[in-house]
Amino acid sequence: MSDSTATANGAVAEVHHEHPSYQRHHFESVEQQFDTTNFAMWLFLLTEVMFFGGLFTSYLIMRNWYYPAFVEGSHQLSIFWGTANTAVLLCSSFTMAMAVWSAEVRRKGMLLLFLGLTFVLGIGFLGIKGIEWHEKWEKSHVPGLRYSEASFLNPASDKEVYKEYHDKPLAPDMAAKTEQYFFLYFALTGMHALHMVIGVGILIFIMVRAKSGAYTSGHVTFVENFGLYWHFVDIIWIFLYPLLYLISRY
Amino acid sequence: MSAATIVTLPDQSTARIPKMNFLTKENGLLSWLLTGDHKRIATLYLISITFFFFIGGALAGLIRLELLTPQTSLMAADTYNKVFSMHGLIMVFFFLVPSVPATIGNFVVPMMVGAKDLALPKINLLSWYLYVLGGCMMIYTMAAGGVDTGWTFTTPLSTHYLNTNVASAATAVFIAGFSSIFTGLNFIVTIHKMRCPGMTWFRLPLFIWSNYAASILMVLGTPVLAIVLVLVVLERTVHIGVFDPAYGGDPILFQHLFWFYSHPAVYIMILPGFGVISEVISTFSRKRVFGYTAVAFSSVAIAVFAFFVWAHHMFIMGISNYSAIVFSLMTMLVAVPSAIKIFNWAFTLYKGSITFETPMLYAFGFMGLFTIGGMTGVFLGSTGTDIHLTETYFIVAHFHFVMVGGMLMSFLSGIHFWWPKWTGRMYPEKLSQLAALTTFIGFNLTFFPQFILGTLGMPRRYAAYPPEFQALNVFSTAGATVLGVGYLLPILYLTWSLKYGAIAGDNPWQATGLEWQTQSPPLTENFPEIPIMDHEAYDYEWLEKQQQKEVASVG
Repeated sequence: MSDSTATANGAVAEVHHEHPSYQRHHFESVEQQFDTTNFAMWLFLLTEVMFFGGLFTSYLIMRNWYYPAFVEGSHQLSIFWGTANTAVLLCSSFTMAMAVWSAEVRRKGMLLLFLGLTFVLGIGFLGIKGIEWHEKWEKSHVPGLRYSEASFLNPASDKEVYKEYHDKPLAPDMAAKTEQYFFLYFALTGMHALHMVIGVGILIFIMVRAKSGAYTSGHVTFVENFGLYWHFVDIIWIFLYPLLYLISRY
Repeated sequence: MSAATIVTLPDQSTARIPKMNFLTKENGLLSWLLTGDHKRIATLYLISITFFFFIGGALAGLIRLELLTPQTSLMAADTYNKVFSMHGLIMVFFFLVPSVPATIGNFVVPMMVGAKDLALPKINLLSWYLYVLGGCMMIYTMAAGGVDTGWTFTTPLSTHYLNTNVASAATAVFIAGFSSIFTGLNFIVTIHKMRCPGMTWFRLPLFIWSNYAASILMVLGTPVLAIVLVLVVLERTVHIGVFDPAYGGDPILFQHLFWFYSHPAVYIMILPGFGVISEVISTFSRKRVFGYTAVAFSSVAIAVFAFFVWAHHMFIMGISNYSAIVFSLMTMLVAVPSAIKIFNWAFTLYKGSITFETPMLYAFGFMGLFTIGGMTGVFLGSTGTDIHLTETYFIVAHFHFVMVGGMLMSFLSGIHFWWPKWTGRMYPEKLSQLAALTTFIGFNLTFFPQFILGTLGMPRRYAAYPPEFQALNVFSTAGATVLGVGYLLPILYLTWSLKYGAIAGDNPWQATGLEWQTQSPPLTENFPEIPIMDHEAYDYEWLEKQQQKEVASVG
């Protein structure tokens, strides 16, 4: 708040405007309420940056330590599905931005359409992630549960990957470290997917409320702040994609 | 103690607690459990952290009893390991971190900035529920047999060698961590966006500045701890890891990430205490805090430095000599803003009209004990002496001087200072002065011998010790008993005062903060109208004029 108000001693006579129903009692104005919750959302995203920061640090340090294992581990990831997922997520960010815009211009039909599209794309992302994880399971690349180092001790046995990269066999102790690569791969993508699942959950809630017109009467704070969250989860992926998929391509 | 006092109470024969206040507005358990009122949530927090303080305190008592004799006479060595680990975990994460911010801060921050509530009341309530959930996990951990990693979850000890309840303890701390993230987030947002008209940054009470600094640390540091704990738990369950050398991990990486949070956490624990001391020293010496701007910025400086000193916990853990030198230098730098505070408080006292009410006695205790705690920190920050002193009782004494002598003293100071505002009633003055004195004496008796024990080479975290250390340990245990009495007293007389204390009136201390310009206990909305700040912080002349005006208008 500003200090522009003239300061007569004591308090100003309280001016009771008609408050819209969504203004909480402890805010002076809707603008203050919007400003405050928006700022809070940015701060929350900052804590999320620090949260993922710890994981990224661990990943980069381990990659430095066990470079050959991490290179060959990365070769196991499917560029096709990774790129497809990046595209899906970027599109969902676009539809989310359009949803926020529709709420601002108070067009309920369009809001529901774009929220729906965002929802479908979000589920699509999780589906593709599921396909990728399933492939890891089939190839026994799930650390702790089902793991085999065959693709790294004898890369030629893994024909598809070998055709593309011609990896050399790793020494047994280095091959064991590929399990660490997949541990971090699952920790990073799993944590990201968890954020997606939470996001999709909130999205359902928003769609239900939007249907009854809750966000098309001028109160867009919640949709806008959720949009920020959605874009943030998108940005995390924008870092994950090159660090996991592209980094060891050449 | 001289008879001089600034306490002015209303005429007890006619005074009444205001009928309408935040405590009486609604009744019933649900009105408390579903409340959005920051003052009620602060009360809930106060009750819960007191509960955990007494569990932690009882464990401390067991530790001191065991150390009465050189042999393991009271409990087996591995039980002892669990007792001191649980003591550390409970005291750090369930008492010290939430102590001042979540209770006193929750209660006064909105009032000090002239707002009706914290910016996000529901998030505030969520933070308390997370705290309780984390607390339940911690109690479960204890009931299931405890954990013996120390409060630091050191790998590979925690991931490889131990078969105790590491996972549930880590989950408890993880959940409690989010409770502190939400408190910090709420404070930052409130201080930025909810200030009343005329309340500029440099008119804010220093309590706000120090809580703001602590909140930055909570928001930036705690998520890193959270992810580290997730990795430790994953490592224990999946047996692949980034920290455990047996699985190809790096234990030093754990240390880096853990202390990246846990060193700032030390300042999360002490910074809000600084804020309390600023308020109390100013009120009871009737002077504006000397060098207001310097004190305000020193809080922020401590918050910034906090993120660049973590590796001083790792001097003996195999970090390179060069980084040890840099971190040692950065550690020394923290002494500068800390000293700015101590000197400025001392200058505030100079030529002030000092009176010795209980909050002030605790504040004096704080200044002495924190100075000793801080100076011994310089010993530990020097790479040379650290190698001799670390992992001995010297370090135990050092951080207890800062955490208990510093934070607990300021917490008690603050509780006594704001008690009249909180409950509308005064605590018994003489008895509380006695408690303050008992605490101070008991504290020094307990922890000063430990400095000597440490320099003589007694290691920490062992249940048994060579017989030549016994005399000093007996001193320490005797002191702990006195200290225990010092902590029990306030619980008793503060509870007593809820019903029988003298009616305090709006402003028993003649303090200048906005929270004192409203009724006690305050209304749910804090103020009848949103106040306008038209004077600097700690402006006692303004207060005097204000009171003259009131007399004139009544007459």
